[in-house]
Amino acid sequence: MPALKVEHLAKTFPLKRPLFGAAPPGARAVRPMSFQVEAGETLGVVGESGCGKSTLARMLVGLLEPTEGTIEIEGEALGSAGPAEFGKLIQYVFQDPQGSLNPRKTIRQVMEAPLRLLHGMAKPDRDRRIAEIFASVNLREEYLDRYPHEFSGGQAQRIAIARALAASPRIIVLDEPVSALDVSVQAQVLNLLADLKTRLGLTYLFITHDLAVVEAVSDRVVVLYFGAVVEIGRAERVFASPRHPYTSLLAKSAPVVGRSLAAPEQKGTELPDPLNPPPGCAFAGRCPRATDLCRAREPELKQMGEDQLAACHHPLEH
Amino acid sequence: MGSYILKRLVSAIPVLFGITVIVFLIMSLVPGDPATAILGSYATPENVEKLNRDLGLDKPMVQRYFIWLGNMLTGDFGRSFSLNRPVIDEVLERFNATMILAGTSFVLCSALGILAGVASAARQFGLADKAITFVVLIGISVPSFFLGMMMILLFAVNLRWLPVSGMYAIYGGGDLPDLIRHLIMPALALAAVATGVIARLSRSAMLEVLRQDYIRTARANGVEERRVIMGHALRVAMVSILPVLGIQAGFVVSGAVYIEIVFQWPGVGRMLVDAILTRDLLVVQGGVVFVAACYVLFNIAVDVAQCLLDPRIKT
Amino acid sequence: MSAFLTLLFRNRLAAMGAGVIAAILLLVLTTPFLPLHDPDVTATADRFMRPFAEGHPLGTDHLGRDLLSRLLHGTRLSLAVGVAAALIAAVIGSSIGMVAGYFGGRTDNVVMRGVDMLMAFPYILLALAIVAALGPGLMNALIAVAAVNVPFFARNIRGVTVGLAGREFIDAARLAGMGHARIILTELLPNVLPVIVIAMSTTVGWMILETAGLSFLGLGSQPPQADLGSMLGEARSAMISHPHTSVVPGLMIFLIVMSINLLGDGVRDALDPRLRSGALSRPRATTLVRRQGDIPPATDDLLAIQDLRTEFHIGKRNYRAVGGVSLAVRPGECLGIIGESGSGKSVTALSVMGLVASPPGVISGGAVRFLGEDLIGAPYETLRQKRGDRVAYVFQDPLSTLHPLYRVGRQLAETIRSHHVLSKAEARARAIQLLNDVRIPNAERRVDDYPHEMSGGMRQRVGIAMALANEPDVIIADEPTTALDVTVQAQILCLLDDLRRERGLAIIFITHDFGVVAQLCDRVAVMYAGGIVEEGPTQVVLDTPAHPYTKRLIACVPEPGGGRRELAAIPGLPPVLDDLPPGCAFAPRCYKAEESCRKGEVPLQGPALHAVRCLFPERAH
Repeated sequence: MPALKVEHLAKTFPLKRPLFGAAPPGARAVRPMSFQVEAGETLGVVGESGCGKSTLARMLVGLLEPTEGTIEIEGEALGSAGPAEFGKLIQYVFQDPQGSLNPRKTIRQVMEAPLRLLHGMAKPDRDRRIAEIFASVNLREEYLDRYPHEFSGGQAQRIAIARALAASPRIIVLDEPVSALDVSVQAQVLNLLADLKTRLGLTYLFITHDLAVVEAVSDRVVVLYFGAVVEIGRAERVFASPRHPYTSLLAKSAPVVGRSLAAPEQKGTELPDPLNPPPGCAFAGRCPRATDLCRAREPELKQMGEDQLAACHHPLEH
Repeated sequence: MGSYILKRLVSAIPVLFGITVIVFLIMSLVPGDPATAILGSYATPENVEKLNRDLGLDKPMVQRYFIWLGNMLTGDFGRSFSLNRPVIDEVLERFNATMILAGTSFVLCSALGILAGVASAARQFGLADKAITFVVLIGISVPSFFLGMMMILLFAVNLRWLPVSGMYAIYGGGDLPDLIRHLIMPALALAAVATGVIARLSRSAMLEVLRQDYIRTARANGVEERRVIMGHALRVAMVSILPVLGIQAGFVVSGAVYIEIVFQWPGVGRMLVDAILTRDLLVVQGGVVFVAACYVLFNIAVDVAQCLLDPRIKT
Repeated sequence: MSAFLTLLFRNRLAAMGAGVIAAILLLVLTTPFLPLHDPDVTATADRFMRPFAEGHPLGTDHLGRDLLSRLLHGTRLSLAVGVAAALIAAVIGSSIGMVAGYFGGRTDNVVMRGVDMLMAFPYILLALAIVAALGPGLMNALIAVAAVNVPFFARNIRGVTVGLAGREFIDAARLAGMGHARIILTELLPNVLPVIVIAMSTTVGWMILETAGLSFLGLGSQPPQADLGSMLGEARSAMISHPHTSVVPGLMIFLIVMSINLLGDGVRDALDPRLRSGALSRPRATTLVRRQGDIPPATDDLLAIQDLRTEFHIGKRNYRAVGGVSLAVRPGECLGIIGESGSGKSVTALSVMGLVASPPGVISGGAVRFLGEDLIGAPYETLRQKRGDRVAYVFQDPLSTLHPLYRVGRQLAETIRSHHVLSKAEARARAIQLLNDVRIPNAERRVDDYPHEMSGGMRQRVGIAMALANEPDVIIADEPTTALDVTVQAQILCLLDDLRRERGLAIIFITHDFGVVAQLCDRVAVMYAGGIVEEGPTQVVLDTPAHPYTKRLIACVPEPGGGRRELAAIPGLPPVLDDLPPGCAFAPRCYKAEESCRKGEVPLQGPALHAVRCLFPERAH
């Protein structure tokens, strides 16, 4: 049974109705997508800005209501239960650790909320549990009576992770958890996350724009472009032998020590307009392999090779 | 741009509608029998009955509202019993005088306020900044009616430079220079508070803008400091100053009520206060709706100016 | 709280205001117990007595009533009514604002429409209408003043709440199982409260003024009861003959309002964290220079940074952001500066042309020489002529670094015309050509775009075009691709590389990304805690890093193609810049640090091509 199963999940943001005329169709941030995450797995989600990765994450934890589609956690469908019901099963770690902690509450108050409200624990139980969690994320208990601004980015992110753990969730959605941190601290947090996962048997959905990071932490990777899944595959394979031209472009664009500078595309290309999406494949405008078929029909996600799927009419061969 | 103006005008309709509803609701708070309250001490049984019929006070409230609204839309604001003339005539005449006073003050306070604020920000912590900050602080703390009285004492009574009060001299006046001589003191007294508020806001808006990255970019490109301040920075600061000018225009009109009393200026404010004291409620009602409607139109003009200034606002 | 009071009273004007208002409060609270005349007893025989008359220190009014007694009783009344109005308006208005701002959507729409309608009145019209309907009287004046201020609070607090409601900690609270009421009361309110206090402290003076105003018009307190406004109103008719009856209450209102305003400003400054750090001070046109020590002699480099020291003075603290950095570039060379946040790389770059914001920045030592000429402490006009003409910058986030209200073409033209005499048409033609040079498609059309109409990549191309506008000798690029997506970053890096080869530009490229340095730079300097720890040819430094910090930092960066793995980390945190350890700044985190590392300054040494600041450098394999 998969830990998380998403079917045809989509989000369309309604647009303001103009003074005259009918309401426009709305901006499609996430187009219907389906995937699943096995228990104990880390699924990486990569994409550039505007690809819908944050919208997806917010839907998964119940902060945003999907326009269509279903979310199942361990076989149980979550209706529109609201974040409190979701909270016991799935938690969220935000990109900006400082922003996710209320500046006017002590760390203890922050930690207590999920224990009291989601699990109805009594005071002595709460204290014990907080001590336990703090030990597991290598934080000292004396931090509990301080305020968020007294911590560095790395420490604040550990606190945010500790808060997510306090809800005892099965799944944690990590939304760019290390993007705001310096590299030397980034590794500390990533290693802590890996350690927690094995110890607590957690399942992760790891969202990032950094290919090297996603590859280093994930079992499988989903590549998003313009609100849709373009490729899914094993982390070690997906960038090494991409089938979708966009994945290939991403892999070639990342600056790497020891590879000489060459722009994989010279045109000043941009993402398509979400208010006025192109008819066929969203990537066709930038794709060197695009044909009339691509501009006319949207490709579907198809099995390519052993455990790789790509949505492309003319996939790359290896 | 044309479509934007049209859009704003259309969106003003519900606001104007709302204004009439609010005034109508407030006026329905009048305790006791409205006709007696309106006629006050002038009430005779016949008058009360006639007014009740004229105003349709025997009808339900919603119906009464629409009758009143309909009458106003055709220019009929009712008849003032204390002045014995149509309310609209009186309001229009008085409005003219208020506009001369408030308009002059508004131009004065906008120009002086922005100038002082920019100078203050450009010389932050300098002598000019401290002097301006101090004067501004006095300006926003002194009651305008007290300031007006003190000005009369000093410039009219002791120095005899300017006339004590009124809009024109009683004998031999009536021309433009006469108006200006009568206008100087009330316009200045009225502008004092708004100048202070605008100056403070302009200063902090400028300080905020001067810290922005694009100011550093302009400096990094070697743009002259004068242009950086008066061009790059002021233009962005104006985006936050303009709405405040709109709000301050309302304060200037409000302050005009006191100034008109102190300087015996024959404007709307004095008319309203007199009407309240004589309980001539139709005049109050008509005057309030008329001035508020003008203010709404003025704010549309401010919005349009804002839109011209800032291309990021969607037209 | 005590920190707040210390902060408040450090502001001398606020302390003065607090003192005056405290004295007035003490006076009016004890008024009933003071040996005063009855304020309402008339004695027509004693009318209009001058101040300092016997038995009447402030004289008497037109009915012979004692002015001092009336003044104190009137002040008592005015203060009480003003404060009550402020409290009522704040409570009602803030509640409306918080609810509207938190729930948003339809609730917000309906509530704010109503508020907008109330604000569509010049406030006094509304107050007059309310008084007209309810009849003159002090209580009704209070209601009127409170009512016209409710929309002000509602709108203000709603704005703050909307900003807070979108913050991540609110989302986090929802995920922790909190309901709406709990979130509003325990998460939002503590954050909104300072704003409410600020709004109250800055408006209470004004509300006292307004109630006094209504009384002045005869619509507030009714005779014989007097507040300050009605005293002034009654005295007006005798103003010319007996000015003292007007001056006494008028001055009192002025004194109260002024001291409350001073105190209110103080409260605002003490509660507003942005003001607290001194951030709201205006950066000067050039960085402040207070150089100590010797000025290094000239070299023959194109641009040489010599023993540069830049500090930030914030309060009593002194952050040593750049502590003695020396670097040089030759024509056509690309020098990379790499480091983590807080390492001083950007401050070094900004110091070159005096662009470090000051206050709080101060350049306290060293020299920056362009073709031998020292720019530190040079007159403003000398610096200005070099800025953008000989040495140009490309900044990080092109959305915030381009002027939002000017078309890009105009910004380009202005950069050129600040240094060269050119007609507007010529400058425009040159701007189009520059946009073509940085490969912006449809340059003729896009020259009239505003920055917000372009994508991030296009905006950064404009940023580069602007730097190229006057064909400078050196371009300093401060993390120019950090805010961009990888595919766009690759395009921008290629563009910079091509331009440098075509035009023989020297580039100083600041980044935190080893991959970028490796691809673009000839030489690289690694910075840590305000100093250079290692410098050398890029290939050499990356292949055989000599400083333990460089070595470990490179190991921290995951490389694509490595698959799933444990990543290397550096234990601990970078030092705080106002409390740097003696000796090597990296010693507390270094696995091979010894006693000698923690004492005395470690010099940058080694072969001229590959210098390192370490006593125990790594050995090449």
